[in-house]
Amino acid sequence: MARLQIRNLEKVYGNAFKAVHGISLDVNDGEFMVLVGPSGCAKSTTLRMIAGLETITGGEVRIGDRIVNNLPPGQRGISMVFQNYALYPHMKVRNNLAFGLKLKRRPKPEIEESTRAVAGILEIDPLLDRLPKQLSGGQAQRVAVGRALIKKPEVFLFDEPLSNLDAKLRASMRVRITDLHKRLKRDGLSSTVVYVTHDQTEAMTMGDRICVMKDGHIMQVADPVTLYNRPENAFVAGFIGSPEMNLLEGTVVANGGLTVALAGQPLSFGPALTDRLKAKDGDAVTVGIRPQHLSIAAQDDDNALEGTVAHVEFMGHEVYLHVDLAGMRLVAVVPSDRYNPADIHDDHIRLTPREEAVHIFDRQTGRNISLPPEA
Amino acid sequence: MTQEIAVPAAAELETARAHIESRRMHVISSAVRYFLLAGVGFIMLYPLIWLIGASFKTNSEIFTNPGFIPQEPTIDGYIQGWKTSTPYTFATFFWNTFLIILPKTIGTAISCAAVAYGFARFEFPGKKILFATLIATLLLPNVVTRIPHYLLFRDLGWLDTFLPLWVPSAFAGDAFFVFMLIQFLRAIPRDMEEAARVDGANTLQTLIYIVVPMLAPALISVCLFQFMWTMNDFLGPLIYLSSVDKYPISLALKLSIDTTEAFQWNRILAMSVLALMPALVVFFLAQKYFIEGISTGGVKG
Ligand SMILES: Nc1ncnc2c1ncn2[C@@H]1O[C@H](COP(=O)(O)OP(=O)(O)OP(=O)(O)O)[C@@H](O)[C@H]1O
Ligand SMILES: [Mg+2]
Repeated sequence: MARLQIRNLEKVYGNAFKAVHGISLDVNDGEFMVLVGPSGCAKSTTLRMIAGLETITGGEVRIGDRIVNNLPPGQRGISMVFQNYALYPHMKVRNNLAFGLKLKRRPKPEIEESTRAVAGILEIDPLLDRLPKQLSGGQAQRVAVGRALIKKPEVFLFDEPLSNLDAKLRASMRVRITDLHKRLKRDGLSSTVVYVTHDQTEAMTMGDRICVMKDGHIMQVADPVTLYNRPENAFVAGFIGSPEMNLLEGTVVANGGLTVALAGQPLSFGPALTDRLKAKDGDAVTVGIRPQHLSIAAQDDDNALEGTVAHVEFMGHEVYLHVDLAGMRLVAVVPSDRYNPADIHDDHIRLTPREEAVHIFDRQTGRNISLPPEA
Repeated sequence: MTQEIAVPAAAELETARAHIESRRMHVISSAVRYFLLAGVGFIMLYPLIWLIGASFKTNSEIFTNPGFIPQEPTIDGYIQGWKTSTPYTFATFFWNTFLIILPKTIGTAISCAAVAYGFARFEFPGKKILFATLIATLLLPNVVTRIPHYLLFRDLGWLDTFLPLWVPSAFAGDAFFVFMLIQFLRAIPRDMEEAARVDGANTLQTLIYIVVPMLAPALISVCLFQFMWTMNDFLGPLIYLSSVDKYPISLALKLSIDTTEAFQWNRILAMSVLALMPALVVFFLAQKYFIEGISTGGVKG
């Protein structure tokens, strides 16, 4: 039962490189928190500071009601799953699992009992007498998870545990880990998780909440739905969602209502968006429209963007339209049954956005200036 | 017309001939290569073969029969050689060698592993300078330190004991081994050690339970090198040991040359063969690890 609190955490590496810039994050008891972000954004650094594998150069980490800054990893009540599994190569699976308990001098019957229980949960009992090099990647991964599980830690830390697996296995391990988390929670065991990944599918499907990071800063912390629907800045908007949100540069033209000139084409918005927008005439903005929120404009609709179709990808239930908009690239996703090749005239197509799903960001700060008040 | 047909036929013949020619060249060149290799190999091995053969000859036959197969094989050399011309048998000298090698090898393995672990995995003040010093001692010629060493050990009252022969090595005095282990460790990812720390192991436990097993191939090579070099060390015992009852094998062999009026070559040769045996046996037993240890710098899987 433990909550993890991070306060103004900073990391300056030995070469004076500042990797983490004073981040604060609360992970509630039993919560599955995902740290996500592009490569090099200091996800691992943050996780390793929580684990105690990296010294903390500023701020504090609190697990339960203890400040753990100066505790060695073994006393922090954490366990960690590494990207490369990091199984002890010279020990059988059984001993890999039991190593932590043996160090704690737990009685033998208890160790055996725990090993059996964990092996059962992860379906690795037939592998107990093998060496790590005799395991497949997926099996090794399960053993690594088992090694974390057996210690009954307060907080589980995962550093990209699935990135060495192929797509299919990754999908099944994803489900397995989520199930495991639910099971721990149901059994009343401590199940606070911090899970690092750079894969947004993993983040969206596994996380209770997601913390999006960039260059050692936290960009937004929210549950998957909020993150998708109410991105606080252009970075989060572009990072979450697939295919990526279209981010188009434009200028505000306030003529009574609101028009944004995109690549010379005016796009007007109704009062719903206009009223809450904090922008004035001539402001440089970025307009964010998810590909799914673009549809082929009706003949008589004047408020549309016109572009050249660069190519069309047929994905089965959806069609991806790649459109050139005077030098800007735009992707639209339309359901297959709504796609009619006749809508493309001479390679030209007219697209119209769903207004309530459009986001407008300040181009300078990247802040979302069009967020509706929370319901 | 006839010409046109003849041309391709001639060309075909030409390629076939070239083909046969190239195959023949290949066979000849392999034959030459293997012959050369076998020849040079034999020359290299010849002294050893001769030594073994001659150790079974009588003293007079050694000089009259240049071949290495003895005409009247005898183990007289072994029996007489073992007794030696001193009050001690060769068993004493083997035992002395053992008394030096055992603490030296074990001490080297433990101390070098610990020091290498420190250098390869930890940051501490002065690490750069200390490492540079280590490498410097690696490059320092042995002779330079002989006299200071001697004076030091004399002041400690260690002359004519085994201590000067193994104590320095047991405190990681052999920079070469430390260096070798550091290089090996650098190629091993740190993840396993970090996992052990998360599992609650302290530094020493991590070293013993995780690092040492992964270092095993390199440590075996270190032990083997130390074993062989100590077996072969002549100068060290010569400088520090003065009583015959403490002589190791390397000195004892020389002993039989000094003290007898007429050299009993067959005895010397027989004892040389015996002196070779431990090294040969150990090498063949540990060959697999030995080669793994010096050729690869990492763990598989
Ligand atoms: N030991 C180190 N010394 C100096 N800089 C480091 C060190 N380790 C990491 N960094 C830097 O810190 C930043 C964050 O690294 P980190 O490994 O935490 O990124 P990450 O988010 O985990 O990336 P990835 O998704 O690629 O694993 C990077 O810019 C990296 O270059
Ligand atoms: Mg990382």
